[in-house]
Amino acid sequence: MSDLMKVSSNPHIRSKVTTSNIMLAVVIALLPAAGFGIYNFGLDALILILVTVATCVLTELTYEKAMHKKVTIGDFSAVVTGLLLALNLPSSAPWWIGVIGGIFAILVVKMLFGGLGQNFMNPALGARCFLLISYTSIMCNFDCDAYTGATPLASLKAGESVNILDMVIGKTGGTIGETSMIAIVIGACFLILLGIIDLKISGSYIVTFVVFLVLFGGHGFDPAFIAAHLAGGGLMLGAFFMATDYVTRPVTKRGQYLYGVLLGILTGIFRIFGPSAEGVSYAIILGNLLVPLIEKVTMPRAFGKGGERA
Amino acid sequence: MKQNNISERLINGIIKENPTFVLMLGMCPTLAVTTSAVNGLGMGLTTMVVLALSNMFISLLRKIIPDKVRIPAFIVIIASFVTVVELLLKAFIPFLYDALGLYIPLIVVNCIILGRAEAYASKNDVVSSLFDGVGMGLGFTAALTIIGAVRELLGAGELFGFGVMPESYVPCSIFVLAPGAFFVLAALTAIQNKVKLAGEKKGRDMSKIQSGCNSDCMNCKETGCSKKFLDVSAGKEKDDLEVIEITDGDEFPEQAVEEKEEETND
Repeated sequence: MSDLMKVSSNPHIRSKVTTSNIMLAVVIALLPAAGFGIYNFGLDALILILVTVATCVLTELTYEKAMHKKVTIGDFSAVVTGLLLALNLPSSAPWWIGVIGGIFAILVVKMLFGGLGQNFMNPALGARCFLLISYTSIMCNFDCDAYTGATPLASLKAGESVNILDMVIGKTGGTIGETSMIAIVIGACFLILLGIIDLKISGSYIVTFVVFLVLFGGHGFDPAFIAAHLAGGGLMLGAFFMATDYVTRPVTKRGQYLYGVLLGILTGIFRIFGPSAEGVSYAIILGNLLVPLIEKVTMPRAFGKGGERA
Repeated sequence: MKQNNISERLINGIIKENPTFVLMLGMCPTLAVTTSAVNGLGMGLTTMVVLALSNMFISLLRKIIPDKVRIPAFIVIIASFVTVVELLLKAFIPFLYDALGLYIPLIVVNCIILGRAEAYASKNDVVSSLFDGVGMGLGFTAALTIIGAVRELLGAGELFGFGVMPESYVPCSIFVLAPGAFFVLAALTAIQNKVKLAGEKKGRDMSKIQSGCNSDCMNCKETGCSKKFLDVSAGKEKDDLEVIEITDGDEFPEQAVEEKEEETND
């Protein structure tokens, strides 16, 4: 906004926080996870990340040019979407998976609903689920040069034992960005220190999920089992980077706790009782759809207004 | 109302008031059975036969059927034809019968058929009603076949069962699943709206074409259907007012039939 000459009534609050600042910080926070993914999975991962990000930005630019709208690629939100989507793809996926996913994320999930701030669903996750349904065999193929066979969570579900230290560091199979718990937590700490995200959603999500595991996981309070579930799969990436998406989370404080609890329960149900080992993306998408309801229920009441109890 | 000619009815059903893309009726079979072009074509033609025959018979009986029980009477007529068609399909085209399954009996509650019976056939002569049914049925068939073809092409790489995509094409299977139906329907509706808007910009007034009386509804004061609406409502008792709202479906096809769709949704 460069309308410095604009005259408006007080109060005049100025803040250096802009959409592009926030999005840039999220990109930086995702770099450790992306960097580790590239180190772990090699050049394939780098190419896939670049293709996906480029597709997202180009799709947004093309759509806005074609529709004669203001070009908003400068706010880096398309970069964040592309990066998150790429981190959710297996490194063995061909490049056109990134292209289709990027176009779907930006065009269908984001731009057709009105662009940034209007989308009802996290674009990266929407595209991930689209790809997961359409190209199941490609999206679940975690074989690459470094690793073959099942992801740790799938082994865990089959009742095999897993190496938790490897899972925390990230030296396991999986999607590009989800394997390293350490890299994701470093990025999340950076965002928390900057005040961009807080622990309301992520904290209640993870705590609820742990409680669910203790109650229904079938292992009781088994630290190794819980640690493996926390470090494995997309839980950390989802809890810190996708559940906290400004557009698709509830705005009310109580609503954010409720949202986190809901995501924890849904993830637990999908992982423990569902047919597949992973359930974070479906849990967050379902949570996104419930956000309007959550906000309606948890809308704060103005002082002095309200029913009998007020 | 002016004498409707046959070609006008046909074009009206296929293009101007296409039941799927313009009136947005009969969404259940549209979304559910269009997994391939053949299924879409089969469903469309089956519905067309029922639609044409029921329109014709309802038009024949329109002076005999009492106003208060007309909906049950229409349903009985429609259900009879659906049963006939269902048995014929079972006997002669079993593979289509298996593919369409439950959706054949559900044609009874297809809101296009009931909508046309209510809005057109119960007020117009037999020949016009027959061709109104044929036109609407053809429009429905065309829409379902196109949706089915797009879904089959993207989701399975085939068209009418023949592989047309290159070997390297990896089918995007979401398009033959339920979400794909919504994607394709929305995209095709958007395209036809775009084409229509382009036509409007060229100076053709689409509001005239919609009304069926060749005059502009926006500026119509006394002579057109609004006069008739007022006359009818003044002549009848207040209890019948809600009925009038529905019976004027022909003049206001979109609003009136949409309201009814809620009741008779398939």
